[in-house]
Formats: sequence, structure tokens, C-alpha cells
Amino acid sequence: MDFNLTEDRQMLADTLNRFLGEQYPVEHRIKVAYDAPYHDPAKWDQLVELGALYALASEEAGGMGGTGFDISVVFEALGKTLTPEPFLGALMASRLLAAAGGDQDALLTGATKYAVGITEIDAPYELDQIATQATAKGDGFTLSGRKSTVYGGQIADVILIAAKHDDGLGVFAVNAADANVTGYGLMDGGGAAEILMDDAPATLVLADAEAALNDAVNAGIVALCAEAVGAMEVTHATTVEYFKQRKQFGVPIGKFQVLQHRAVDMLTEIEQARSIVIKAAAELGGDDASKYASMAKNLIGRAARLIAEESIQMHGGIAMTWEYSVSHYAKRLIMLDAQLGDTDYHLSQVMKGYAA
Amino acid sequence: MDLSYSAEDLAFRDEVRAYLAENLPERISDVVCSGAELTKEIIEEWHAILNKRGWLATIWPKEFGGPGWSPVQKHIFEEECCRAYAPRIVPFGLNMLGPVLQVFGSKEQQDHYLPRILDGTDWWCQGYSEPGAGSDLASLKTRAERDGDEWVINGQKTWTTLGQFADWIFCLCRTDPDAKNQEGISFILVDMATPGIEVRPIKLIEGGYEVNEIFFTDVRVPVGNLVGKENKGWTIAKFLLTHERTGIAGVGFSMQSLEEVKAIARKTMRGGKPLIEDPLFAARVAQAEIDLEAMKITNLRMLFKAQEQGAPGPETSLLKIKGTVINQELKDLARRALGPAAAPFPGHITEGNLMFGPADTEHNAARYFNNRKTSIFGGSNEIQRNIVTKTMLEL
Repeated sequence: MDFNLTEDRQMLADTLNRFLGEQYPVEHRIKVAYDAPYHDPAKWDQLVELGALYALASEEAGGMGGTGFDISVVFEALGKTLTPEPFLGALMASRLLAAAGGDQDALLTGATKYAVGITEIDAPYELDQIATQATAKGDGFTLSGRKSTVYGGQIADVILIAAKHDDGLGVFAVNAADANVTGYGLMDGGGAAEILMDDAPATLVLADAEAALNDAVNAGIVALCAEAVGAMEVTHATTVEYFKQRKQFGVPIGKFQVLQHRAVDMLTEIEQARSIVIKAAAELGGDDASKYASMAKNLIGRAARLIAEESIQMHGGIAMTWEYSVSHYAKRLIMLDAQLGDTDYHLSQVMKGYAA
Repeated sequence: MDLSYSAEDLAFRDEVRAYLAENLPERISDVVCSGAELTKEIIEEWHAILNKRGWLATIWPKEFGGPGWSPVQKHIFEEECCRAYAPRIVPFGLNMLGPVLQVFGSKEQQDHYLPRILDGTDWWCQGYSEPGAGSDLASLKTRAERDGDEWVINGQKTWTTLGQFADWIFCLCRTDPDAKNQEGISFILVDMATPGIEVRPIKLIEGGYEVNEIFFTDVRVPVGNLVGKENKGWTIAKFLLTHERTGIAGVGFSMQSLEEVKAIARKTMRGGKPLIEDPLFAARVAQAEIDLEAMKITNLRMLFKAQEQGAPGPETSLLKIKGTVINQELKDLARRALGPAAAPFPGHITEGNLMFGPADTEHNAARYFNNRKTSIFGGSNEIQRNIVTKTMLEL
């Protein structure tokens, strides 16, 4: 048993934290996250140069990491600074390309930007409800359907699309230029796209892709949960710091027990959140990966909402302003619940194991 | 990061598991499993079995007759004991007074009392709380006055767990009434057979009898029964509050409770189907299970930290808060799963053919009510939040 990071991962964490701390202060983040292209291309290039993408892929896939703990280290650092760079799409695309056994140098070097289109309006989380259809045509395929809130889709060169194929699901590569892509900014910063495909030309990446898609989703969940832990810690620390600065009734508000105890409860939930992410990261790639990913996403969903709403409330008016960092952290913490399955969806996944 | 036990720890776990399978009598684990109150005889029998193996004083160092286990080994032992439905070790002599004497006691006190704790000669209870001193323990009023070679004790202690079985009580007494609250308190050992002591039982919410009021009227004990320095008893009280408490999260007990909830809900029918298939009920179970799964890791993280740093930090307060909340939720689910089968008072249906509900659930509602205590005793969850506020949030 050892809860310390390995030396390599500690170095990775230190490197990313230092870079993001210096290069991505929250004022900069607020400036780039809400205007097209909803991220900072120059900073993205620098992060890629630092090897952040290589940390997300295994050695067999040409990377230098790829385990749950590599993923959680990277995304916790991103979460601490609310970095809106399109890492989630890159991670999930990397998992799919690795499952297909293909080359992903273009992804890891940053030469090609990938996004992953699974979500549909009537199938936000459930793979078995996907309606987008693949049809064989000549040597290749065409796709028809609509993918929704494709994170990073606004700047992607290639989108990996989950579509019905034979009796199951396949993963297909679609060039952004071949589909009708409408990019937009998000409430919590960063960007996404609606991808409309009407017989869009596509290449089959992987047939019978359910297992690979589940793995990509599980990896994405570990990433989002780690991101949330990073964001929750900063939000909580900012709130406790504010307790010491802000005076009302002649004393710092942190002297009020009604606030103290709520801050302790937040801390408890953050520790619980960190624990369940460690568990989900440890199980990623194993037989029980989906179960623990669901547990993590459910607990994170509850914890993140608590931290976000309580932090706004206990700050008072200031955290309702665009100018103050906590409002942006709170938005991210709330909105990531709707990515890759929300609190209720994952609770129902855990319950499915009970019937037998 | 590595969540698995080392090969040595796994071997240790197998050893403990095999030992329990061999040495824990089924008639004892059956009583524990049923949730009925344990008799003094059962507890003493189990203590003696563990003592024979050298596994009774799990937190004592080797020099005093403990096994010298690491925090992880203690955790494994507790987990395995829960898994096997072994009785809980009564902590007052073994886990509280023992470590106090080892740190603050004189050589004579150590030599005299420690072996008697181990072999069960002395059953100890704790004289801390008073009617006017609960969470605000430092406001205690029980007075010990020096008279020649004796302390003369007058006052009242309360919530004294299993005091009805005790041979001795360790008391916090006020020895300097003029000093500030925390100062002027001393830690004194009292023989329960001393004239002037009266024990009155307190009947608890569920009808059980595990705590007492203890009245002291001109109780005379030798001056040598003082532990540590006069007026420095608060240091000992604080030592006990922050002392190593690997089991404080109650993870093993909550795992028992979760299995119990699921077992009941699989057997209980609602609307023609097992209750476990009711989404409203299953959702509550699932949420508690997720919280417990996280708590298992939180507990291991704190253990790991304690092992690395040599002492547990203030995070143990977080374990206590969340651990008791989870356990109480599970106890509520079990009671609710039984529905009307939880209603009969334990023991009132004496004819076997009239019993209803799944087996071993007779004491279920009683356990639910009894377990409301866990968020109150040992420093209420509100006091734990005050501790975290000071130590971790630094407010």
C-alpha cells in the first residue's frame, strides 16, 4: 500500500502545476475561455510540447503513461487552474486509437487535433441508444446523424464518431471539413460543437467497439473527476481564505461557527472525492472499471455541487460576479456533471448490480 | 500509488482470518450477528481467547505485551474481526487507560495495572462526562481534595459505559478549583469497591442497559492513584482524544451493515418483487455504498499517513464525522427495509412460529436507535468539526 505518487508522476504534476500556475492565471483563463476558439492555441502548443499528451497514452500506444494515475495527475493540474484546453477529447481519442491498434503519433505530437463524438441529444450518456448510422459505401463508409456537445469539437481536425454499424457500434473517423460543424462556447468556459452528418464520408477505425467505447468513457470519467478534485480544492481554499479576510459585525466571518462547520463538511467531501478518484484510477482498464467509474462520477457529482453552491453562498455577493474566480470554478464544477453521465445516471448504473 | 496490501500484510490477513475461523466460537459470533446485547461472560471469554494468542492489546507496543503491529496491521485485524462477527474489544482498559499508563504512568503503576488489564483481572470504565460537562468537558466539577495520604472525591460522573461490570474507574477530577477550566484537573484511578460509590443504571432509548451514572460521596483513594502530575490531567484527556484510533471510521462495521441491508432487501417483498429491485430504495443503498467505498480509501489514506508520519493527524476527525454518518444511514436503511417486521420489541414474540421477517433481524430497530449514539460520543460530530476548524482550516 502506497498513496504517494511515483517520482515520475510527481515530476509531471510539478511541471504542469508550475507551467499552468505561471502561464494560465485565472484572469487569463477567463479572457480566453469564453471567446472563440474558446481556448488558447499558443498555450495548448506549449502544453503539448511539455509532453502532457504523452502522459495520457501507454507505451504500446507510443506514449509514456496512460494509466489511471497518469490521467488523474494531468487532469487534477488542469482542474486547479480551470484550464479549458481540449485534453478530454485527446484522451478519449487516444484510448480509442489504442484499442484499434493504429498509429497515434499525429495525436500525441499535436499535429492533428482530435475530438470524440459519442453524445447525442436523445442519448446523452447511453451507448445503446446511439442513433447515428454508418452505411458502407464503396471502400469506405458514410455517416448520418447528429452528435451533440462534442467537447473540443470547435477546433478539432478529426472527430471520432460512435455510430451504429452491423449489429453493434463502430468508431469512425470523420474529417471536420467533411461534416457540418457548428462550434460554440460553453457556460463554464471552453468550447464544444454540434456535428451534423448527412452521408458524411468516414473511415472505420474500430468495429465491435462497445468495449473500447466503455474504456474511453471510463478514462474520461477518471479525467473529469480528477479535474473536479483539483477545482474543488482551489475553490475550498479560496473560500477559507476569504473567511479570514472578510469582516462583518466587526469580526472575520470565519469566526462564525455556522460557516466553519459547513467548510469542514466541504473538506470531508473533498477527501472522499479524492479517495474515490484514486479507486477509479486504480481500477481503470480492469474488469470492474465501469463500476468504480460510476461510483466516482456519482460521488463527484454530489461533492462538486456542494462545493460550488456552498462556496457561492458563503462568499455572498462577490462570488456572483464574473470578475471573481470562484464564480468560474463553481460553473465548471456544476457543469461537468453533465459530461459522460451525471449523478443520477451513474447511481442507476451502480444499482444495476443489485438485482441478482 | 498502490492500493493493494503488501505480501506480508496479505499473509497477516490470512493468518488472522484462519485464527478467527478456528478460535471464534460460533455461539459468540451468532450473538454478535443478531445484534443482541453481549453479556459480561461472553466479552470476558473473547478477551481471554485473544489474550492467549497475544492479540488482545492490539495498540500496545511489544515492551508492554502488545503485538507491536503497524497501523495497517491493526486495520486488517479490525476488518477481519468485523468480517467474522467477533465481539468488539471493550476499549476502556485496553485502548484508553493502557496507552495512558504507558506514557504518563509511573513504573509501579505500569507494572501493577497493565498485566491486570491484559488478563482481565480488572475491568475498567471511564469517568469523564458529567451532567454539566459533556462537549464542554473542561467544565467538569467532580472534586478531589487532598487529605493526608488520600484524595477525597465528591461528585457525579455519567454516561459511564459498562460501568456496571467495572472493577475500576479512571476519573478526571478537579484538584484546583481556582485554576482556569483546563488547568486544575487531575487523572485519578478509583477502585469501584471503595465505600461511597454508587452506580445507577441509565435505561437507553431502545431499552438497553449499557451506561450508568456514578455518584461519589467522600470516596477516599490513596494519593498514589494519581496518574501523571497533579493538575495536569487535561494533557492526558487530550492525549486520549487524539490518540491513535485506527477504527474510528467504523468501516468494518459499515461493511457488515451494508451486507445486512442488501440481504434483508433481497428477502423482503414489496409489490410482488424483492425490495432491492425498488429503484427508490436501491438508490439510497447505492449512494451509501458509494460513500462507504470512498471511506474505505479515505481510511487507508489516513492509515498510510499515520504510518509514514508516526502519528495520525486531525484528519481522524473527518473519518469520525463521515464514518458515523454512513453507518447511521445504513442502519436506517436496514430498519426501513424490514418495514413492519422491525416493529416488535425484541423478545416480546417468544413463540418461534410467530416470528416474522428475515432471520436475525429481531434487534434491528433497537440497533438503529442505539447507534444514534455514535455521532454523539467520543467527541460529538460538532466537536469534531470544531477541531478540524482549528487544526486544518486554521480559522
